[in-house]
Amino acid sequence: MGAEQKKSSIFTKVSDTNILLTITIVIFFAMYIGAILFQGGGFTKPQMFFNILNANAALIITSIGMSIVMISGGIDISVGGVVALVSMCCAVHLDMKGGSVFGSMLIALGIGLAFGLVQGFLVAYLDIQPFIVSLAGMFFARGMTTIVNTAPFNVANEEFKALMNTRIIIPGMGYTNRKGIYVDAYVEPGVIVAIVLVILLFVVLRWTKLGRGFYAVGGNRQSALMLGINVKRTRFLSHVICSTLAGIAGYVYFLHVGSGSASHAMGMEMNAIASSIIGGTMLSGGVGNLIGTLFGVLSLSTIQNIVSNAGLDQAWWTGITIASMLCIFLVIQSIVMTRRKRALKN
Amino acid sequence: MEENRILEMRGIEKSFPGVRALRGVDFSLNKGEIHALMGENGAGKSTLIKVLTGVYSKDNGKISMPGAEDIQIHSPQDAQNAGISTVYQEITLCPNLTVAENMYIGRGKGVITNWKKMNEDANKILRSLDIPATATQQLASCSIAVQQMVAIARAVDMDCKVLILDEPTSSLDEQEVEKLFGLMRDLKSRGVGIIFVTHFLDQVYAVCDRITVLRDGTLVGEYAIADLPRVELVAKMLGKEMDDLADIKGESAGYQGDIVDDVVFEAEGLQSDAGIKPFNFYIKKGEVNGFTGLLGSGRSECVRAIFGADRILGGKVKMHGKEVKIAKPLDAMKNGIAYLPEDRKIDGIVGDLSVRDNIILALQVLTGFFKPFSKAKAQAFAEEYIKKLNIKTASADTPIKSLSGGNQQKVILARWLLMHPEYLILDEPTRGIDVGTKVDIQKLVLELAGEGMSVTFISSETDEMLRTCSRLVVMRDRKTVGELSGDDLSQNKIMETIAGGEG
Amino acid sequence: MNSDSRFDIKKLLSNQLLIPFTALIILCLINLINDPSFFQITVGTNNAGNTVFSGSLITILDYGSELAILAIGMTLVTAASGGQDISVGATIAIAGSAMLRVLCGGNTRPDTLAAPIIVGFLVACIVGMLCGAFNGMLVAIFRIQPMIATLILFTAGRSIAAWINNNELPIVPDPKFAYFGGFIPGIPIPTTVFIALACIIVAALMLKFTNLGLYTQAVGINESSSRLNGINPTAIKFISFMILGLCVAVAALIKVSRLSTINYSVIAKDIEMDAILAVALGGNALSGGKFNMWASILGAYIIQFLTTTLYKFKVDSAALPAYKAVVVIILVVFSSPVVRQKLQQFSNKRAAATAKKEVA
Repeated sequence: MGAEQKKSSIFTKVSDTNILLTITIVIFFAMYIGAILFQGGGFTKPQMFFNILNANAALIITSIGMSIVMISGGIDISVGGVVALVSMCCAVHLDMKGGSVFGSMLIALGIGLAFGLVQGFLVAYLDIQPFIVSLAGMFFARGMTTIVNTAPFNVANEEFKALMNTRIIIPGMGYTNRKGIYVDAYVEPGVIVAIVLVILLFVVLRWTKLGRGFYAVGGNRQSALMLGINVKRTRFLSHVICSTLAGIAGYVYFLHVGSGSASHAMGMEMNAIASSIIGGTMLSGGVGNLIGTLFGVLSLSTIQNIVSNAGLDQAWWTGITIASMLCIFLVIQSIVMTRRKRALKN
Repeated sequence: MEENRILEMRGIEKSFPGVRALRGVDFSLNKGEIHALMGENGAGKSTLIKVLTGVYSKDNGKISMPGAEDIQIHSPQDAQNAGISTVYQEITLCPNLTVAENMYIGRGKGVITNWKKMNEDANKILRSLDIPATATQQLASCSIAVQQMVAIARAVDMDCKVLILDEPTSSLDEQEVEKLFGLMRDLKSRGVGIIFVTHFLDQVYAVCDRITVLRDGTLVGEYAIADLPRVELVAKMLGKEMDDLADIKGESAGYQGDIVDDVVFEAEGLQSDAGIKPFNFYIKKGEVNGFTGLLGSGRSECVRAIFGADRILGGKVKMHGKEVKIAKPLDAMKNGIAYLPEDRKIDGIVGDLSVRDNIILALQVLTGFFKPFSKAKAQAFAEEYIKKLNIKTASADTPIKSLSGGNQQKVILARWLLMHPEYLILDEPTRGIDVGTKVDIQKLVLELAGEGMSVTFISSETDEMLRTCSRLVVMRDRKTVGELSGDDLSQNKIMETIAGGEG
Repeated sequence: MNSDSRFDIKKLLSNQLLIPFTALIILCLINLINDPSFFQITVGTNNAGNTVFSGSLITILDYGSELAILAIGMTLVTAASGGQDISVGATIAIAGSAMLRVLCGGNTRPDTLAAPIIVGFLVACIVGMLCGAFNGMLVAIFRIQPMIATLILFTAGRSIAAWINNNELPIVPDPKFAYFGGFIPGIPIPTTVFIALACIIVAALMLKFTNLGLYTQAVGINESSSRLNGINPTAIKFISFMILGLCVAVAALIKVSRLSTINYSVIAKDIEMDAILAVALGGNALSGGKFNMWASILGAYIIQFLTTTLYKFKVDSAALPAYKAVVVIILVVFSSPVVRQKLQQFSNKRAAATAKKEVA
């Protein structure tokens, strides 16, 4: 009985956001340390960590967008499609139309913004289920990608390639390889973009009226309205931000792979949702933290690395791993929240 | 506009599909006064307030405040900007945010939230109002009463000119109510106009200066508190002299069978997860009894426990002296218990289904998954009860959601009567429906009892219960505190018992 | 007089079958203008040497049938849970893969069947229902939004399917197996039509002789009220996902039979979109509640009509989703309460204006 009471007080005192965030951070460190201890090798080198960042910069950006939509009570599964569409459009612009790098960046932003405006309008002002809207968005983006150009191809534009091969050296984190040559640790430009966006949006969510509005609307839409928040505009903006971020992520992804293809970023929406949920964003809205989302992405990719290091490197293991992680965390969320509700009631 | 006026509403009209909720209502509020807005459920109080706070937009009429003739209020934001704040009965705050945020979100200018200043300010106000909460606490971790007070603190801090309190006391205990009254008087002395909506007459006479009475969407009148004795107030609210209703009981003689002492249902130490203390209860054949107590006292939770609507945590239940297990509604139905829930919209009607499907639903479920009624049979059932209860509907095929509140309630009643229950529980069957239907339902209850059915009747309106019930279980703070029958059945005695034994 | 005719129009407009029939007529007209040979049915001989009907309409009947089977389950899931199952394509891959595994016994190129076809099909049914049960559990017990819950299998499904057969692509040796997705010798109509017919009859019997329809609608419209009337909403939602699982198994049989093998990443790709679209096109609310099974089934055939039409216009199969997405958006926009209300207001205003004119 005593233990039960103590538990319920922990359940009730810590805020929803913190309890889920703590779980995530603990799990990430446990996993990473476990990987170092049991699999050693690559995990001991800082570059391993930077490679995770390099490979997942785009995912980080889409995930924070996803978190924002989810915090305000919505969902957007079109992000993967938008990433693919952006990569294809930019590739076509650079190579076939002879466009500039700056122009391709504008295209990426424009596509993201357009998806955001349309989807946001349909969800917020016409009150259509976000899932259906973004499901259509996803199919539209994927279909459009093939309409723009059917075959995948690598970009040859010199200006772009220079940008693509830019490396940002992290001093003091390098290692000496087998031949005795010191190799610098580096990150790609996309990582910097991702980190800047995480910090920027973290600040927005924590300290601005709009950011707090996302939480209020996700917590209780009716109450938020009564408290004088413009609910429609807030929901609209959450979708605009998410899709614009997906556009930026598309460019970062494009910068990482250097090609356009309709099969790019397949299932990225799923990874973004999984990262958000693992990072402590509640599916039901109102609870979440972008730092948690960042850790969610890192956890997800770390476990993928662990799985492939363990010799299970067939492609299907990735899908199964992510799906089971998502499943476990969804169930944990559901149970934690039910218990909390019960603890508060009594 | 008169000099002292702070708010004036003229000729306010508002219609919903099928209902004219407000018909040319006038209302005015002075500086530094507490003005009670009275009326029965469905009289138009809530609609008027929602028009004033921008939740609904009015169809017609004019709202003026000093310095602003004919202001337009289209959203709660507009209302806030105009200096109108509202505290609703149900909590309209965000449970996932902190107390301080709930007090400050959606207000003021600027883009940045200054957490430190916000928390300090919030703590200052919470302390000055003696509210037991801290600024950084998550709202969901506060009790409902404290959440209510946070909402008031928000309104107070907004420096509002007009403060609307929409049944704020229903979930507060006496001390908290006193504290609230102190707060209201304090605000009044600062020149704030307060609109106070409540069901408790005592509270009106304790704190208000003037009363406006509404009935059926029209204005009955505006009175100074000294000019309107209680009895007259009640008469104005009901729109008729008390004697009209007083006699229903006399018309039916009650159950005349032999085995009057047969206890149909009995509960011992029954407890559910809805937070009520274990309680004992019984009902005899042909008896009409009721649970009374303030809103939130646990009376609905008790009958829900009897029906197995909430998760049962413990206790014994007997039908005709034989122990039975009721863990879910279907168990109760199999034992001949029927339950008309308190909230018609959420728990009662199945909106998009036809009147026919709504009527047969319970009996159909009881009959079994693999034995659907034929169309003809279902139609016959529906028509029988549409006629019997005089349900006004275009046809049995009409979706129930397009019926008026009173007729919806009759359909739900028909649903349970079709089951021919031994024991019928009616939780607020008369809420939000017209007076005529109310009387119909009360008569029906007595008629059914006369035929030998046991009925438990719950109503917020005490006189309704006095008219129908022969025994009342009184509840306070989620436990039973007394039982009244015979000569003890009077308004005063009930009030005393609810208030806690000064009698 | 005047008001009478208006009333009829209103009644017509409120009829659920209005949307699918309008869509059908528009599609027919487009094809008639583009190429009247679209409606031609020819008699020919197929690869197996059977005399069969062929033509666009036959294609529509053939492929529309698998969609119609899925639409049955999807309608129930939509009605009960207010959400859709987006994992149907992936679970078709799983069920199909399991069936192949049983029929080929783990060999890639077996000479004989390792198990009778019926056993393979039963295994597919069990696997389909297990997937349904998994989704149903997440939705009904853990109360996760249906589309998120099914997102799990949507992602993992094709991987699981590949894993079941170790990423091999076994080929079923028995030519009889090809009957299900093709033709039975001597019968010129695609077998899928008969399978769909059987499924539709079963569904009709189920709706007629049980209360499934009433319960599902009640749960979808008002869960709390249904519970207080003795219905178990958890069970109803769970059952609806199980039924969809069965439909998936039947669709998997057809899909695998068409090729006698499987392609994990392509089989039944984007079919979830078509199934959802069928339900929406049938005029059923995607937010659950009241449903009309026949309208959904009709919707399924119309979707296939649309697909075949798009193919006639030389649209690449990978680009199809873009067009269908536009159709979805148009449908949901016009069925959204906000837009309906606006349209209602507009028509009321116009009616009032004409009335005024008449008075004047």
